Amino acid sequence: MGALNALFQFGYRRSPDQDRRGGAHHPVVIVGAGPVGLTLALDLARRDIPVVLIDDADRIGEGSRAICFAKRTLEIFDRLGLAERMVEKGVTWQKGKVFRGDGLLYEFDLLPEGGHKQPAFINLQQYYVEQYLVEAVAHEPGIDLRWANRLVGIDKRPDGAVLVIETPEGPYRLTADWVVACDGSRSPTRAMLGLDFAGEAFDDQFLIADVKMKAAFPTERWFWFNPPFHDGQSALLHKQPDDIWRIDLQLGRNADAAHEKRPEVVIPRIEQMLGHSGFSLEWVSVYRFQCRRLARFIHDRIIFAGDSAHQVSPFGARGANSGVQDTDNLGWKLALAIKGQAGPNLIPSYELERGQAADENILNSTRSTDFLAPPTAAERVMRDAVLALAAQTGFAKRMVNSGRLSLPTAYLASPLSTPDAETWEGGVVPGAPMLDAPLGEGGWLTRQAATGRPVLLLNGSEPPEGLPKTVDLLCVGRATHPEIHGHLGRRYDLRAGDACLLRPDGHVAARFRQVNGDVVRQALRRMEGFA
Amino acid sequence: MSSVFAPSPLLTEPRFAAPDEAYRAIVEAQRGLSEGEAAALNARLVLLLANHIGDIEVLRAALQLANESPKQDSQHLAPPGEAR
Repeated sequence: MGALNALFQFGYRRSPDQDRRGGAHHPVVIVGAGPVGLTLALDLARRDIPVVLIDDADRIGEGSRAICFAKRTLEIFDRLGLAERMVEKGVTWQKGKVFRGDGLLYEFDLLPEGGHKQPAFINLQQYYVEQYLVEAVAHEPGIDLRWANRLVGIDKRPDGAVLVIETPEGPYRLTADWVVACDGSRSPTRAMLGLDFAGEAFDDQFLIADVKMKAAFPTERWFWFNPPFHDGQSALLHKQPDDIWRIDLQLGRNADAAHEKRPEVVIPRIEQMLGHSGFSLEWVSVYRFQCRRLARFIHDRIIFAGDSAHQVSPFGARGANSGVQDTDNLGWKLALAIKGQAGPNLIPSYELERGQAADENILNSTRSTDFLAPPTAAERVMRDAVLALAAQTGFAKRMVNSGRLSLPTAYLASPLSTPDAETWEGGVVPGAPMLDAPLGEGGWLTRQAATGRPVLLLNGSEPPEGLPKTVDLLCVGRATHPEIHGHLGRRYDLRAGDACLLRPDGHVAARFRQVNGDVVRQALRRMEGFA
Repeated sequence: MSSVFAPSPLLTEPRFAAPDEAYRAIVEAQRGLSEGEAAALNARLVLLLANHIGDIEVLRAALQLANESPKQDSQHLAPPGEAR
């Protein structure tokens, strides 16, 4: 039951590498052309790093799968020139409602403040995200995307890897300095290396269905505990483009997945929820969730990103979002390493920073899943007590957990950050992701700071002397940018003469009162993994 | 978390002027309730009081002490020579 109208078929094409005696050599091979692999390929290509991207399939679009793309992810896609199309096609939302039985428990607003270019979230089927990425990849001469190329062997070497790739015309070999495995939660690369993917599996099963219907529900995330239409369980309703609605129904731990997937079983369940039968089924799947991660994301020159490195339950939209954020963290570091400009701390910092993010995502997703499906009778009593109190008390509303939605991780212990040497009143601390702000005449900070290189955000019109040439300058002094008194100034606590050094992935590397060339040079060196 | 070097943040000295009255209020609330209803009531009570205290270190110390207590009880209650 695929969404046939949105299925994109690509052709296998023979590569000259398949006829090369002794095998070809490439600086980077990415395994897996999903949202993570495609985004990383684009990022590297924009940094003039040629990429071979292989995928075992020859099509995308089977099921909408990931649908919620978060603000930070959209900022990353915006740097790659894709966010406008995604936001235009997607369903923008930031509000949600949580029900208990048929009564409203509370409402939330994820982005109540203005002054951000991107919305808190859009809902967009993963196949559209992949389609836009594939089209952008097709315009990059530096990316060699090979469909129906399946990795069947990998030999890890201290300085790279030897890959054996199966195609419809037989296998071939190639060597690479770096391999990035973006091949999903069942990562064949991970299996071939024999790596342990440890964590927790949850007992409860969930039915995930996309239905097509005309409906006038608002574009909000609606979540029910113990809904009247689905006895003793939980339910989620969320809108996607093309009149598609995502429905999650908790089935409990003893459900028979094969039985539950049958249309004659699914349709009555959804009829009961919607109160009518004016819909068609687009996609159905039954899942049991897991939260797991690799202990190490880097194995010599083989690096794991996205679901191959860490897996979470879907409540909180932390899967695809964290995967795209992995690529944002890795791209500039890998490019510097390939160009021979990386210090010894740089590549290892990917594992430190994104390992921290994975732990944060797993913690949040585990808490949500345990709240939705309490694993013991005693936990259910406590969970139901929270729900009972939430109707009357503010504190219990805050404990109700129907998914804590994806936020970017602040890398507070990053070896790439220069600790504050001065006093700051709030602002964005080193390691944290940049906060967007309007820059006048329709400009946005996230957009103007997205040069792909480090950026010095300076409150002043005259840069101090002796700034290194490797940093891009963004002068936002009062004379040219009156908004320094608005969102921008407030969010960064920048007085005249102060500056904030942004990494190529938009995280803050350092900030300075009365900046000068020497401190910037030192901070840049640390950011590049020296020091 | 409290360390061995710091005193527990949990107050365990008598705090009520009339302790019998406090205990009585708690048990009377359970009178006539089924086991399930009592468990639900106590869960709501724990959450309300925990939020009122509003200090995660106090909560952790209380959880630790509460966890240790039943083991002591069962020591006292187990007949001599019988495996616990």
